[in-house]
Amino acid sequence: MSMAASPSVGGAVSPPPAEPEIPKRRNAEAVLLAGAWTVGMFAYANVGLASSAAKLPANYWTVGVLFAAVLLVAHLAVRWLAPYADPLLLPLAAMINGLGLVLISRLDPYNIANKLAPKAGAAGQQAIFTVLGVAVLVAVLFFLRDHKILQRYAYISALAGLILIALPAVLPASMSEVNGARSWIKFAGLSIQPAEFGKLLMVSFFAAYLHTKRDTLALASRKVLGVYIPRGRDMGPLVVCWAFAMLVLIRETDLGVSLMFFGAFVIMLYLATERASWLIFGVVMFIGGAALVAMTFSHVQARFDSWLNPFGSVTGNSRQTAQSLYAFANGGLFGTGLNQGYPTLVGFANNADYIMDTVGEELGLIGLAALLISYALFVARGLKTALLVRDPFGKLFASGLAVTFALQVFITAGGVMRVIPLTGLPMPFLAAGGSALLANWILVALLLRISDAARRPLPPALPLTAPPSLLDPRSPGRTDDGGRYYGQDKAVRT
Amino acid sequence: MTGLTITVMKLGLLAILWVFVLLALGVVRTDVFGAGTRSGRGRSAAKAAPAPPAQSAASGARPRRGGVPTRLEVVSGSLAGTSVPLTGVQITLGRAHDSTIVLDDDFASSRHARIYPDASGQWIVEDLGSTNGTYLDRTKINGPTPVPLGVPVRIGKTALELKK
Repeated sequence: MSMAASPSVGGAVSPPPAEPEIPKRRNAEAVLLAGAWTVGMFAYANVGLASSAAKLPANYWTVGVLFAAVLLVAHLAVRWLAPYADPLLLPLAAMINGLGLVLISRLDPYNIANKLAPKAGAAGQQAIFTVLGVAVLVAVLFFLRDHKILQRYAYISALAGLILIALPAVLPASMSEVNGARSWIKFAGLSIQPAEFGKLLMVSFFAAYLHTKRDTLALASRKVLGVYIPRGRDMGPLVVCWAFAMLVLIRETDLGVSLMFFGAFVIMLYLATERASWLIFGVVMFIGGAALVAMTFSHVQARFDSWLNPFGSVTGNSRQTAQSLYAFANGGLFGTGLNQGYPTLVGFANNADYIMDTVGEELGLIGLAALLISYALFVARGLKTALLVRDPFGKLFASGLAVTFALQVFITAGGVMRVIPLTGLPMPFLAAGGSALLANWILVALLLRISDAARRPLPPALPLTAPPSLLDPRSPGRTDDGGRYYGQDKAVRT
Repeated sequence: MTGLTITVMKLGLLAILWVFVLLALGVVRTDVFGAGTRSGRGRSAAKAAPAPPAQSAASGARPRRGGVPTRLEVVSGSLAGTSVPLTGVQITLGRAHDSTIVLDDDFASSRHARIYPDASGQWIVEDLGSTNGTYLDRTKINGPTPVPLGVPVRIGKTALELKK
């Protein structure tokens, strides 16, 4: 076999042009990480100087060095393990995480005094989970060298994901209920939200499943009034997902998880099949089901009531929604400045579901817009990765991860701003909550891994001067075609 | 702490936040324009070495002159949007996992076709004995055929084009 990867026709070959340099952009990432550090540390100094003590927080430089060390470790890990990865994913996540830490520590004095946070403060816990999150990021990058491996474990991840999402529903309320939503597992003093990890497993399963079923789902349909109606039997997965989402909604009182889970599935179905009819069916089914559930179950009904009529009982059920709207109004264009507003009036969950209030009130519309653009950029880079990557599973997986992230941001921000009913999902990277933070760092690691595969230069192609058995369609050596032989006229749909 | 200092810090934080966002957008921008500069260099190279006369065997395939292709892009099919830079090595197409572009297409064979540059730099498509054949635009190819810029090479439900 000749070693030259040259064509067999045309005789002597001119030397191939030099490989165009594919920029790794690691230095751009380093600069942006320094920017993320600056944003966090400036905000932390601002909190301290604007407090009644009017000086830098006591642990300011310790925190600064630690934060820098964590970012440096993450950056070096990416340099080593995923050198071609997208340069924006890590700095954006780090910036939002840092800002979240500052906001949580700003809310801590109130929360500790009112027993809404542990004595040591929620910020310390969040900082520990940030360090753990980056450790998990490095571990995922180290052990998962090729995202396509996950495709092999499709049904195992589906099972594990369903168990994680459904577990709080079957546990007794004493072990799963926090503030009325049963989406937690409380165990030995720790409380984790298993749905956060479940979402990653489910997206991995959806990607693998849709990769194998996309043609059946896309092509076998009748056209009625310009809309493709899928066959009844193909509606199966959609119906199963819908039933499961409704079950979560009823049992766990958790509109957020069910909306994110079902929404991600419907959007990925649309991405895989390019049929808008799936979106129509999905939206109609979810709105219909949610309306039915809202009319039947009182706790879901209460959420809808305070959405439709937040000023109806400002001291009662809808107090938090009303306070949240006041907070945004008080912030105005430039905000009150950190530690100068009253975001604690929202009460419990002021550093979790309602953390966007603090951004809106103390950083104003301008700060909120910067934050939302950062989220949007993160999602855009995820979708860009999906466009670039060359294997279909990776495409669906990356777009699924990006879409889930986008849905979570929309559901949380929309709930706080009264665009949709409040649902109780944590704002990714920003809100206090260790399990959510860990899961989101895993999401970053997966996107980094896929984008590394997408932007990596092509390996040199195998020479095709090759055993004729591989090239001859009729030879017995070629069995990997799955026995698919179609008639000529049937086969070519141009 | 005076009110003035607090106000300055508040505005400073917003400024730093936006500088960060703009830096991030700058990286996105260089990503986009970086590709543009590369194809610009490709064009100037094309002037130095004129393209060979297109010996097009495809009827109805009108080659567009004045440019050297820099990438092969999938324009329709399940991989639409994917593109591969043309670096002078051959690109293999098929369902086999070691293909340069792994086609997720029931009508493609494992090793379906390949696209490679000949001695003069003209890109050639060659069918590798596939079951359903390879088409240049609407014409089935027999043997190595030059691929003009912007004319789709069709394999099953997938179409690929050379682009500048």
